[in-house]
Amino acid sequence: MAAVQGGLVDAVEEKEIKSEPPNDGSGNSNANDGRLLSPSPSSSASAGSNKSAAGAPEDQQTLLAVLQFLRKNKLTESVEILRREAGLPEDSPDSKGSESSGAGSGAAAGSADSEGGDVSSLLSRVTGSLSSAAPQAPVKASGEDQPDVNVVLSAYSQQGDPALYGVYYSGLKRFIESVLDCHRAELSQVFYPLFVHMYLELVYNNHENEAKVFFEKFSGDQECYYEDDLRVLSGLTKKEHMRANETLLDFRTSKFVLRISRDSYQLLKRHLQERQNNQIWNIIQEHLYIDIFDGMPRSKSQIDAMSGSLAGEAKREANKAKVYYGLLKEPEIELPLDDEDEEAENEEGKPKKKKPKKDSMGSKSKKQDPNAPSQTRIPLPELKDSDKLDKIMYMKEATKKIRLGPDNLPSICFYSFLNAYQGLTAVDFTDDSSLIAGGFADSTVRVWSLTPKKLRKVKSAADLNLIDKESDDVLERIMDEKTASESKILYGHSGPVYGISFSPDRNYLLSSSEDGTIRLWSLLTFTCLVGYKGHNYPVWDTHFSPHGYYFVSGGHDRVARLWATDHYQPLRIFSGHLADVTCTRFHPNSNYVATGSSDRTIRLWDVLTGNCVRIFTGHKGPIHALAFSPNGKFLASGATDGRVLLWDIGHGIMIGELKGHTDTIYSLKFSRDGEILASGSMDNTVRLWDATKAFDDLETDDFTAATGHIHLQDNSQELLLGSYMTKSTPVIHLHFSRRNLLLAAGAYNP
Amino acid sequence: MTDREERRFAEVSRDSVKLMAESAGVELGDDVAALLAEDVCYRLREAAQSSSQFMRHAKRRKLTVEDFNRALRWSNVEAICGYGAQDALPFRSVKEGELFFVEDRDINLVELALATNIPKGCAETMVRVNVSYLDGKGNLEPQGTVPSAVQTLSDDLLKYYQQITRAILGEDPHLMKVALLDLQSNSKIAALLPYFVYVISGVKSVSHDLEQLNRLLHMVKSLVQNPYLYLGSYVRSLVSSVMYCILEPLAASINPLNDHWTLRDYAALLLSHIFWTHGDLVSGLYHQILLSLQKVLSDPVRPLCSHYGAVVGLHALGWKAVERVLFPHLPAYWANLQAVLDDYSVSNGQVKADGHKVYGAILVAVERLLKMKALSLSQPAEGGAGGQPGSVGGGLGYRVSSPGLSPPPEPLSEAALGIASHLQAGGAGCPWEEWTPVPLPDMYKELYSFFGDSLAVRFSTGPGFGCYPPCTPSLPNEARKEPPGPASNPETTRKMPQLTANLNISPRQDGSPRTDPPPPSLAATGRSLARSSSSSSSSSMQRSRSSSSRSGQRSAGLSRDVFPKSRFTSPQTGPPVFSFLIGGRQMGRRCQGRRPFQTTFLPTPPLSAVPPRAYAHKLPVIGRVGKPVRRWACSHYSLYLPL
Repeated sequence: MAAVQGGLVDAVEEKEIKSEPPNDGSGNSNANDGRLLSPSPSSSASAGSNKSAAGAPEDQQTLLAVLQFLRKNKLTESVEILRREAGLPEDSPDSKGSESSGAGSGAAAGSADSEGGDVSSLLSRVTGSLSSAAPQAPVKASGEDQPDVNVVLSAYSQQGDPALYGVYYSGLKRFIESVLDCHRAELSQVFYPLFVHMYLELVYNNHENEAKVFFEKFSGDQECYYEDDLRVLSGLTKKEHMRANETLLDFRTSKFVLRISRDSYQLLKRHLQERQNNQIWNIIQEHLYIDIFDGMPRSKSQIDAMSGSLAGEAKREANKAKVYYGLLKEPEIELPLDDEDEEAENEEGKPKKKKPKKDSMGSKSKKQDPNAPSQTRIPLPELKDSDKLDKIMYMKEATKKIRLGPDNLPSICFYSFLNAYQGLTAVDFTDDSSLIAGGFADSTVRVWSLTPKKLRKVKSAADLNLIDKESDDVLERIMDEKTASESKILYGHSGPVYGISFSPDRNYLLSSSEDGTIRLWSLLTFTCLVGYKGHNYPVWDTHFSPHGYYFVSGGHDRVARLWATDHYQPLRIFSGHLADVTCTRFHPNSNYVATGSSDRTIRLWDVLTGNCVRIFTGHKGPIHALAFSPNGKFLASGATDGRVLLWDIGHGIMIGELKGHTDTIYSLKFSRDGEILASGSMDNTVRLWDATKAFDDLETDDFTAATGHIHLQDNSQELLLGSYMTKSTPVIHLHFSRRNLLLAAGAYNP
Repeated sequence: MTDREERRFAEVSRDSVKLMAESAGVELGDDVAALLAEDVCYRLREAAQSSSQFMRHAKRRKLTVEDFNRALRWSNVEAICGYGAQDALPFRSVKEGELFFVEDRDINLVELALATNIPKGCAETMVRVNVSYLDGKGNLEPQGTVPSAVQTLSDDLLKYYQQITRAILGEDPHLMKVALLDLQSNSKIAALLPYFVYVISGVKSVSHDLEQLNRLLHMVKSLVQNPYLYLGSYVRSLVSSVMYCILEPLAASINPLNDHWTLRDYAALLLSHIFWTHGDLVSGLYHQILLSLQKVLSDPVRPLCSHYGAVVGLHALGWKAVERVLFPHLPAYWANLQAVLDDYSVSNGQVKADGHKVYGAILVAVERLLKMKALSLSQPAEGGAGGQPGSVGGGLGYRVSSPGLSPPPEPLSEAALGIASHLQAGGAGCPWEEWTPVPLPDMYKELYSFFGDSLAVRFSTGPGFGCYPPCTPSLPNEARKEPPGPASNPETTRKMPQLTANLNISPRQDGSPRTDPPPPSLAATGRSLARSSSSSSSSSMQRSRSSSSRSGQRSAGLSRDVFPKSRFTSPQTGPPVFSFLIGGRQMGRRCQGRRPFQTTFLPTPPLSAVPPRAYAHKLPVIGRVGKPVRRWACSHYSLYLPL
């Protein structure tokens, strides 16, 4: 890391990080625009020009709303820039702005205009945009800009007879129940978003009693996995409350995405047109994004597997981008030491010939993995001598690695935190299993040595001057023997520490806390080096890149941020989640970052471009654990629903579901060779799953890959290799040692 | 779907809002109050929703006040202070006004800040490793157990533990006394609590040995009385051990020569003591105890000694418990007892003697029930001797505490009728809801139909209980004290010679206003205590934990203690006297012509007569390596694992 802090930094900045870090968390309106809106802004800008006639006014409407917001906040410069770029005439916004000043009534009128228009033209708009296959980003998704709340909500101001809502809804319900079985499951997807939006419309228009009746009548019909959202919804009965409720704003600003086959969609469309059911049709147009595909309608189980997120499924286009999931080539280490190790390896490795062979195949082959990103796609720190030494150690250890499999399960060691009355909130191990760190609810971070080697601080500057810098054991001499102890406590945060992560070289430790900061600690001096501020809200998780230098963090502000240790501001802001980012993980090749969120989706972000390249839906609860397989091809995720889902990153599809846990999964880890997946949960068990089998059984034909329709077999029981009870201790972290011994950690609290 | 099911969240009523506004000096219209109430509900739900996120990220299952305050802080609302304590909040109500409130005591900050009884010796946060599963199968220890080293003990503590347990369970009575005394005053043994509780839970393995049971019960008493210990959830474990001694047909009771009755009496007293001093640590404890006592009582298969235990247990918990559980059960139970008592066959002799024990115990219990009930009716106003609010209330207690928090948090200030409050507790999950008190005359009539003239109820003998504890502490006991001979009692002389059983408890002269007459105080632990640790009573005076000024405050009935632990004081003077005498002749309507009989208890053999303990060897040995397994042997004690 020290190497990076030298001249490389400039190169980093100039070459790759094109967009400079944003000025501040608050002043993001302008600077972030380009980067924030994942893939949509660029495409929407280009799509905006060739939009159909019906789309244009709405687009303009949004721009006006943004302008209004900017003007309100006295950001005249930004107003000018935006106006120039959007090509809006000087006077028109003014007049329109004044017109719409009355609580967004202008905007409402505008949208009402467009909706009042011919239904068929609206239809053509939807179908047109779909057939052109250009991702016509939902325009209102610019919600990340914090648009005027009134404008966002005003779309609900369309008036219908409140008493008829129930009639409309039950009419549609009757229709969908009467269609053929194969279509029913697909069309049933419409129920939930429709229900929510109709309810919100009622609430927004102050029909409190009708809303309550409507809710009571139909909330029971919704899928059970929406229960949590419905509970939030049931509490909301006043228009005033809608303004501040972020969950609902998200629901409103992002279109709920449904995937429906063309046949089913035609059925629905015909029905609604026949019945002149404009109320429902308007909602579908306004708030739903229907992703139409050709082919067989999906079955109920197929749909259920993918649904459950806050904003419906991912659009197919969202998972089409190419992801370089391959591993980077391991640097070749040519050190005199290497030969000795080679010999040692050979001596000890003889009984098991396979491993050294595999090593040479894996890391020493000159061939570049076709799926791997180029070595310099993102700049990585140069290896220091100590890193090389560590690599050698790693390779030596790897030769002694136990080959795991269904017949050869790992031994499990449990690290119990005793007397942790203050509350253990996060745990991490170093890669070589020599240190363990715990984050606690009392704002402290504690580090323990797991080897007989005690933790020592570096001597003070005055003492360091006295030592002989030429001596061979200078690294030993700089340590202050008087400070040796089994554990060290790091004070600095002012709130519970929710995430911690060791740097790969074991010199640094990151901790993220409720106080809104991430702190970088030196494990040489056991002091805080940097406090990274930017989230301004609780930071739920942080994770070091496997190559060091970079790290990612995610928090309550619903964005994930990419940082470099030597920059006090983030290099990238990954924005798109509709709720808190609850966990963050780096891909083994450091080119991608995965984030899990309470909106029940997982997103994969490209570190280079800042774009969201994958959206995985299917979890029914907030996601609290993520793990990449060591080969970088797969991702495992665990959530409060107690299920582990497996994802194929390359194809962007779900490939497995592991059921068994009965409580939140807080930890997931693949064994060193990826044969076993271990999951740890609040239900006091560690479970081992046969990852090899789960991935091998996969038949990803072209159709599945193209449509994203998955057929999951319910084979959790076959894949479950073992379930191991702890001693009344929830498992909050798992780690495989370099020899494939499974280490688990948790706090025992009677 | 009913309305009740649908409502899954707390609601604040319009009236509550109005009341709050009133207390702040604002008049609110109905519509404004309704709007505000609705908004408050919504905000409450919103805050609860976001606070659950903090809980999830702290990897807990329990939502804490701190989580809620964090949620408030992040939504720019001032946090609510003063609710961070681990202890349950006493939620009180005034029955008449249908007013519920959380008790908000004044806390003397000076006293709090200068308090010296801060528990020491709490172990440090640490990481310990053990190999749970070898190769994914060889589980070295049974699944799902508790970590073996919950606390890691220093050598000193370890030595202390070994010495103390050895002394208490050993043969030297003097050593035992010293050990018990230390156990009850040592401020540095917090870390050892789990071990002691574990030792005590060994009652089940020594049920053949009365002496050991007795010693273990004394250990319970010492732990409970130690003001520095926070028993927390261990109360449950202690209670279950004590209940075992009260209720189980102990192996020792097979031999009629064994005086297991005294053990049960002592355990019952101990139970009531734990309940009164630490009952607030475990919510719903009172109802759990009552339920299990009731279960035993209503189980005819159980031996009579178990029934006896249930009766004395109820008696010890106070007259309200008797009224609630024993009295309704009496008709059903009476038939069984009657059958036993009416069987004159020789083979039944022993069982019959046991039956008389139960009879006597029931009689004592119902007698006090009648007495206390009459008293509560006749002198309701004076009942609130400690200046309790609501002394205008009816005869059935003034305060209804919420069901989960039945035990009053500070028995010190509990009025004579305070115990009633627990029994009136009704509400969700409470099985006692349908209970309605039986009026006194009916009760008397019914009881009379069972006991006939043996029911010696000495109404209004004393100068009255109204001015009990704080004013004239010795009076009530005086009033209840009975000379052993029936002739000297004016009431009893009126009647036929009869079976009387009398729990006679020496007066407590310290003026401790701790409690009402019903639950016999552990301070007078009775003969069993006098027998096995005769010096403990006098030594308890020397306990250093309570300063004289504090106990002075207590007797004034005004101060409320901040530390629940240091709540219990029962310094006493003079040796406690406990006698249990059953004598006379049954002349009840239903049991005419019964032979006169008299039972007196033999003094238990002196300690030295007891054979050496086998139990001492069964003690959990701390520091022993569980099972030396290959090279992992030392893994419990070192973090080092050869990975």
